[in-house]
Amino acid sequence: MKHTIKELEDIASQIRRDIVRMVHGCQSGHPGGSLGCADFFTALYFEVLNHKKEFTMDGVGEDLFFLSNGHISPVWYSTLAHAGYFDKSELATFRKLDSRLQGHPTTHEHLPGIRIASGSLGQGMSVAIGAALTKRLNGDNSYVFTLHGDGELQEGQNWEAAMFAPFHEMDRLICSVDYNGQQIDGPTKKVLSLDSLQAKFEAFGWHVINTDGNDMQSIVEGLHYAKTLTGKGKPILNLMSTQMGAGVDYMMGSHKWHGTAPNDEQLATALAQLPETLGDY
Amino acid sequence: MKKYTYTEKKDTRSGFGAGLHEAGKKNENVVALCADLVGSLKMDAFIKDFPERFTQVGIAEANMIGIAAGMTIGGKIPFTGTFANFSTGRVYDQIRQSVAYSNKNVKICASHAGLTLGEDGATHQILEDIGLMKMLPGMVVINPCDYNQTKAATLAIAEYEGPVYLRFGRPVIPVFTDPDQKFEIGKAWMVNEGTDVTIIATGHMVWKAIEAGEKLAELGIDAEIINIHTIKPLDDEAILKSVKKTGCVVTCEEHNKFGGLGESVARLLTTELPTPQEFVATNDTFGESGTPDQLMAKYGLDAVNIVEAVQKVIGRKK
Repeated sequence: MKHTIKELEDIASQIRRDIVRMVHGCQSGHPGGSLGCADFFTALYFEVLNHKKEFTMDGVGEDLFFLSNGHISPVWYSTLAHAGYFDKSELATFRKLDSRLQGHPTTHEHLPGIRIASGSLGQGMSVAIGAALTKRLNGDNSYVFTLHGDGELQEGQNWEAAMFAPFHEMDRLICSVDYNGQQIDGPTKKVLSLDSLQAKFEAFGWHVINTDGNDMQSIVEGLHYAKTLTGKGKPILNLMSTQMGAGVDYMMGSHKWHGTAPNDEQLATALAQLPETLGDY
Repeated sequence: MKKYTYTEKKDTRSGFGAGLHEAGKKNENVVALCADLVGSLKMDAFIKDFPERFTQVGIAEANMIGIAAGMTIGGKIPFTGTFANFSTGRVYDQIRQSVAYSNKNVKICASHAGLTLGEDGATHQILEDIGLMKMLPGMVVINPCDYNQTKAATLAIAEYEGPVYLRFGRPVIPVFTDPDQKFEIGKAWMVNEGTDVTIIATGHMVWKAIEAGEKLAELGIDAEIINIHTIKPLDDEAILKSVKKTGCVVTCEEHNKFGGLGESVARLLTTELPTPQEFVATNDTFGESGTPDQLMAKYGLDAVNIVEAVQKVIGRKK
């Protein structure tokens, strides 16, 4: 381990502070899913992902990450800043005019750390497969990670990709699902049930693991374990249980904070629950 | 009228296949993807020589575009192949976000464009693809006119960095351009110099424009014929120079007049040099089943239609 679990939890706390402050600062954005995935992003970038300090688009010889559910950009931006891709002061520009931190992530403004635009849902798995195919052609044994929303899996393109990856034995592809059971219009069970994602992906030929996405120990161990599954010819799906809004009590477990910004009072309440560990931007 | 002859007829898709094969030999980063239409796209030679650089994605075009976008990360130059309809309308959002907005070096190669696909009918005969693709910021749109030009264009786009839409077709048509031509993206080709009217044609309509030019010469009309193979970026300079001389223009394309080459030319002229213009194109319609020749006649895309349009537009000159 590069960090202790406590150290990682401290990083995640700072990222959560950044998320609510960023969303509050522009009075728009998606705090719920961002907060729910703060532990995953921390584990990935500070413990699991083998990434280089200097960003290159081609990412040769390093692990790559693609965010398919681009609306949780605040958690990614904060993570990238704390991981050293750009100065954390830039987080203050989120969703504002002339910013590199667009509402949804993009390569268009050349923000280091981003390799594809996402926002329109369901495209990230295909892109990750492509990047993994190129790594295979180049003899580059690095891994390709992704994150998807669970509601996002209602998009059909995911299942085209889900069929492709096992057929081509893409066992260096590790996809995680933010399994919080919520989407904009309500619980996924009411909007369009995903039923058993485990059974669906296993039927498609994936190796499915289950983690608790809001338990740092669980997610770190899960992602490390996922890397050890290489060589068996199966892509890996990390079915990661999370709480939307995790870390801010009044946001937790409800779809209502999917895309709503806190007001001044709500911000203060949230920040009181999230210790400042690395210094606010 | 300059004399154009041909010794053989070939399909433009075979020009693509030959170009892809040659591009593959020249550059090991060229890779190809196909959505279950390898034979139709003439990818066999590439696949035979570079099997590890070919990806069969099955009938899953959205996934193909996403994979192609991802493959650019690490330096590959992906060429995707399927019919024009499934290359554009079916995957518009994937192209928009993962390719165009992300500025990925993907070459979207589309066969069976337009009415000349023939008997399969309107579900497969896209007449809106040029419009769809030219509206995407940064997308280069190319519609070559014969086997040789399609081959040359395929080689040229392999060397160009950025997203490209390459449109070609199924029917066998005269091969009349230089087999050793240098294809310059965005540069018009002067087919015939003339003084009375500018005929601007793209794709399969270029040969028909030549046929029309010969008929017009018999009628005493000296037509300038320009081949615009690159619809975006448009060769503004070549068009303006010609229209200044002739004072009227006819645009010819196997595409809906809504959103096609003609509208691009009209946009240019209305801001720079307002000029009478007539459109030889389909008129806000779907196609139908039939032979390519029957369809081109029924929908007004023959040499005779160009001649009529020229006579009309000359009458509108001040």
